[in-house]
Amino acid sequence: MTALMTPPTAAVPLPEDTPIVINRSVTRADRVFRFVLASSSAVVLLILVAVVVFLAKNGWPALVAGGIHFFTDSTWSPDSGHFGAMPLLVGSVAIAIVAVLIAGPISLAAALMINEYAPIRLRGILTGAVDMLATVPSIVYGFWGLELVSNLQAAPAKWLVNHFGFVPFFRTPTPGEFIQSIFACGLISAATIVPIITSVSREVMAQAPRDACEAALGLGGTRWGMVTDVIMPFSRNGIVGAFLLGFGRGLGETMIVVLVLSKANHMTTALLGPNGLGSIAKQITLDFPTGSALDKSALILLGLVLFGTTLLVNVIARMIVNRSGPRS
Amino acid sequence: MTVPITAAGTRPGSEIPVDPRPRNLDRPNRRQGIPRSTVLEMGGSAVSSLLLVWTIFAIAGISAPFGLVVCWLAAFLIIYGILCRSLYGILIAKDRLATVAIWTGAIIAFITLAAVIGYVLLKGFSAVFRGFPHFLIADMTQLGGTAKVSDLGVGAAIVGTIEQVGIATVITVPLGVLTATYLTNTDGPFARTVSAVVDAMTGAPAIIAGLFVYLLWVVPHHTAGKTGFAAALALAVMMLPVVTRAAQEVVAIVPGSYREAALALGAPEWRVLLRVILPTARAGLITAVILGVARIAGETAPVLFNAGGFEGYNWNPFSGQQDDLPFRIYQLIFQPGTVPIQAAWGASLVLVIVVLILFVIARKLGSVRPGRLFAPWTRLRNRSGPTQ
Repeated sequence: MTALMTPPTAAVPLPEDTPIVINRSVTRADRVFRFVLASSSAVVLLILVAVVVFLAKNGWPALVAGGIHFFTDSTWSPDSGHFGAMPLLVGSVAIAIVAVLIAGPISLAAALMINEYAPIRLRGILTGAVDMLATVPSIVYGFWGLELVSNLQAAPAKWLVNHFGFVPFFRTPTPGEFIQSIFACGLISAATIVPIITSVSREVMAQAPRDACEAALGLGGTRWGMVTDVIMPFSRNGIVGAFLLGFGRGLGETMIVVLVLSKANHMTTALLGPNGLGSIAKQITLDFPTGSALDKSALILLGLVLFGTTLLVNVIARMIVNRSGPRS
Repeated sequence: MTVPITAAGTRPGSEIPVDPRPRNLDRPNRRQGIPRSTVLEMGGSAVSSLLLVWTIFAIAGISAPFGLVVCWLAAFLIIYGILCRSLYGILIAKDRLATVAIWTGAIIAFITLAAVIGYVLLKGFSAVFRGFPHFLIADMTQLGGTAKVSDLGVGAAIVGTIEQVGIATVITVPLGVLTATYLTNTDGPFARTVSAVVDAMTGAPAIIAGLFVYLLWVVPHHTAGKTGFAAALALAVMMLPVVTRAAQEVVAIVPGSYREAALALGAPEWRVLLRVILPTARAGLITAVILGVARIAGETAPVLFNAGGFEGYNWNPFSGQQDDLPFRIYQLIFQPGTVPIQAAWGASLVLVIVVLILFVIARKLGSVRPGRLFAPWTRLRNRSGPTQ
């Protein structure tokens, strides 16, 4: 290197061929700045820790009083010593599963539509419409569901119960109206989950290698062939992650469940009628303001369980989504 | 308009026409539009399946509109599938059916949106627009007894929502932007943990934020704890991860060369943030903040235990119970009688309008290119620059 660059008539001795080290000391202002940045990031962590600590501290008495029966008992009446969180836990999970089962196919269709099928001019409008679904407040969904959707789904639900009552899910715990059911809650919650599954799976699918897609089409494949053989294998993980994120959102859905679901809670496999499974979020919202001390403590413990579960689901989902990349 | 340059001797009209429309080179041109044969096949299948299902329903004496639609769709898919298969083979038939299914799914998403907004508009219109500004100004002190909808209003709730969301925004935006800057510029176990926590907290149940602030703030202050400020704290807990995540995405797309250029010119890091990164990302940051505001303005669960819900005006968010829109809707739904329900629809309409206006503003700003949105001081600098 040096030999090449040295002119033949060099009179002055060349300096060593090393880069100059600029020792730019960090100013005090910058040190303060870095500290401010790091400490503001710490606030998020602090909130998480504080939530867990406060909930755990206040929920402790109920855990002591209930012990392991807290999660296995199936009647909820903390003052008389029955901490039956089972129907509430199962109910919350059931609502989220119903919601994901309904929202999943619709979201995948919407995502594929926006990415592959819609004319370019429609894409912006479609994306906007899906995002707009996420902006409508959940209490409005709940109110709308209470007054319109739960009545609309009552007739088909009744038909299912009458004709397919032998399927455990299609039974009804108590005969009567078919509004206020777990299924109705899941159906309405699906509207709030569609945007999240759509946007995440759309981003994942958009990363599928374009040249492979074009190659599939160029070899004479149909568009559906391209979707099943190129896009789906590539983005399967991401879609699973998107569904999990939707599931997490469905677990924490509060206002819809509070407005639509009936008050009682029993262990049952039936999803279509009132007086079936309960929901954690609903129980907290309705009982907390008027509950006794032990009641409150039990509800806070339930809140901690809900928070932990949602957080776990979200972390796993994000890990799956982030790992689904060009490799898989 | 412009005369095409033609080589001497070529007859006019013999040049290869050039399509003047701009083309996206990444995406090859595909045949646009639907061929007439497809329209005929689909139309025929739709009509025949409808007739078939309708006849069967009529003979069996069933009247179930929902069942009719479902059976029609199923019969349509079967007939259309068989038709396409006999005409074009199994591969094309699958493709056609999948196309129909995908359109159906996307249209359901569309219909849901239209149904929510349309229904709220239908139910809430008369409450809000009869004697127009009254509903937006009056408060709920008349509620109960013989009060009519025209005696009620959401003025106090609007004041509460604006103040609570405003306080939450003032708390979260600086924190969120600083955290986002930190996360984009740093790597390491701490930054990764924070990033994961932000992700996880975006989906945390809203009721937990309410419960947390109730235990943190309201319980220690006893009866005086339920204030607009407590509600704002709960909203801030919800909003912080949303704003941070969105700001992180915006800050990450500021070209690294801008930052490096400023650092190479000797600017300290804090000035790089204030003078380079933030102005460049301004449009995106404002979009992120507005979307965050739109998201939390409708949150009910966090304010439920904390705002208190005073029926009259309370301008001071730091003392006394305060109302806000989602809380008021929740309260009205549980009141007996039809008047509160009508008022609740009115309040829902107001809330939906506010949130959608914010959403549209955010979308409009979001389409502005980075660094293009009102930058008064940068423009001033440029103007005075060359004269020196």
